[in-house]
Amino acid sequence: MRWFWYASPQTFFPVAGSIARWSAIAAALLAAAGLYVGFFVAPTDAQQGEAYRIIFIHVPAAWMSMLIYVVMALWAAAGLALNTRLSGMMASALAPTGALFTFIALWTGALWGRPTWGTYWEWGDARLMSELLLLFLYFGFMALQAAIDDPRRADRAGAVLALVGVVNIPIIYFSVQWWNTLHQGASVSLTAAPKMAQTMLAGMLLMTFAFWAYAIAVSMLRVRCIIRERGA
Amino acid sequence: MSEFFAMGEYAWYVWGSYGVTFVLLALEVVLLRKRSHETKA
Amino acid sequence: MLAIVRCMVCRELLLAARRRGDVATILLFFVVVTSLFPLGIGAEPNRLREIAPGVIWVAALLSSLLSLKRLFENDHADGTLEQMLLGAAPLGVVVAAKTAAHWLLAGLPLVAISPLIALQYGLAPALYGVLALSLALGTPVLSLIGAIGAALTLGLRGGGVLLALLVLPLYVPVLILGAGAVEMASAGAGGEGQLLLLGAMLAVAAVFAPWAGAAALRISSE
Repeated sequence: MRWFWYASPQTFFPVAGSIARWSAIAAALLAAAGLYVGFFVAPTDAQQGEAYRIIFIHVPAAWMSMLIYVVMALWAAAGLALNTRLSGMMASALAPTGALFTFIALWTGALWGRPTWGTYWEWGDARLMSELLLLFLYFGFMALQAAIDDPRRADRAGAVLALVGVVNIPIIYFSVQWWNTLHQGASVSLTAAPKMAQTMLAGMLLMTFAFWAYAIAVSMLRVRCIIRERGA
Repeated sequence: MSEFFAMGEYAWYVWGSYGVTFVLLALEVVLLRKRSHETKA
Repeated sequence: MLAIVRCMVCRELLLAARRRGDVATILLFFVVVTSLFPLGIGAEPNRLREIAPGVIWVAALLSSLLSLKRLFENDHADGTLEQMLLGAAPLGVVVAAKTAAHWLLAGLPLVAISPLIALQYGLAPALYGVLALSLALGTPVLSLIGAIGAALTLGLRGGGVLLALLVLPLYVPVLILGAGAVEMASAGAGGEGQLLLLGAMLAVAAVFAPWAGAAALRISSE
């Protein structure tokens, strides 16, 4: 029974506030640590020079973009199954942040690709394509919710869409990968930093957790706004 | 120091990435605070 | 159960027969779009032959999108959809039947006319079969996935474009596999792999999509 105590938007409201506060502090600390390691501790890469340092934003952002979508889909499923209002609100709160990280992943990926592969964009790369489609899936979710006036219908319609999308992501990834290997067009690999030095890995992980804490903080703030807006 | 900013002639790419990321994240927070103020009032 | 399906499909076909214009425009759209590409890209035969599978598939995608609004809209407007929701027939079966009828009217004609378009693009005649088969397997999947989107956007303003935005990313694997099958075949490697995968997608979509579509319909109709 304790689980459902916090399922009420009113009781969750102050909890969200304190989670947001602590996550924000954690995010700042982790980001400071991550950036320090990334710029001052990790050595220069033998092949890519300083350009590889984009990895400390690119990979964490990409991981977060996918993690947030999965979490969003989980909240959506919970909302449909348990009929709790807050679950739908959580899904709606996560979407913009997820879309933002997806865009950052694509942008930093393009800027990393230019000096290293020689091109900003590569249609043949499975991960790039999947990330682009993930961005469209986020946009579709947000557009659908924006188009529906009734919040309950918006939550549940978005939930169905998010669940259909989460099933499709692996399919999209594998179909593009298959398509690419058969096409023998692009032979570039996204894992351009093969064996990672310990420090590079540390920097990447720190930034990942920093982004994770940031995402939690921002989505908690947003869910508070949603709770207030719906007058729940 | 200037070496740090030059990033081995990759300055545009590295700082373009970090810069845009920072701006977008800051923008998200700013917009969220604006939304929060609007709903409080 | 089969009686329900037969009844629904016959009803859809009868309604469509009364408004033959609707069905004809979808086919016409397909033909027009495929004619636009040579006009835009230039008439060089080798290039056209290369892009033919992709272009035909994209045109099929867009045609499928355009026809999706009709799936639930008319019934929603005159209240028949509510009757279906309240009725004894399982909603998933109803959605499946409507989707099947939709495919017969908007998908099958595309399959039938594809060799003609392929001829226009100078595609090798040996590939007509693969193209038609890929479309025959892929367009039902498009109808099934599209039905979910149509159910979600029922009655919304900005519906058509919103529907496209929602559904096109989900269509991408079908596009990749469908066009890929023909391109593989043209390279001499045989498109069996892609066709089998398309078949698998069809099997999975046929089972799960009507159920998701029914859930979406219930959500949209409250």
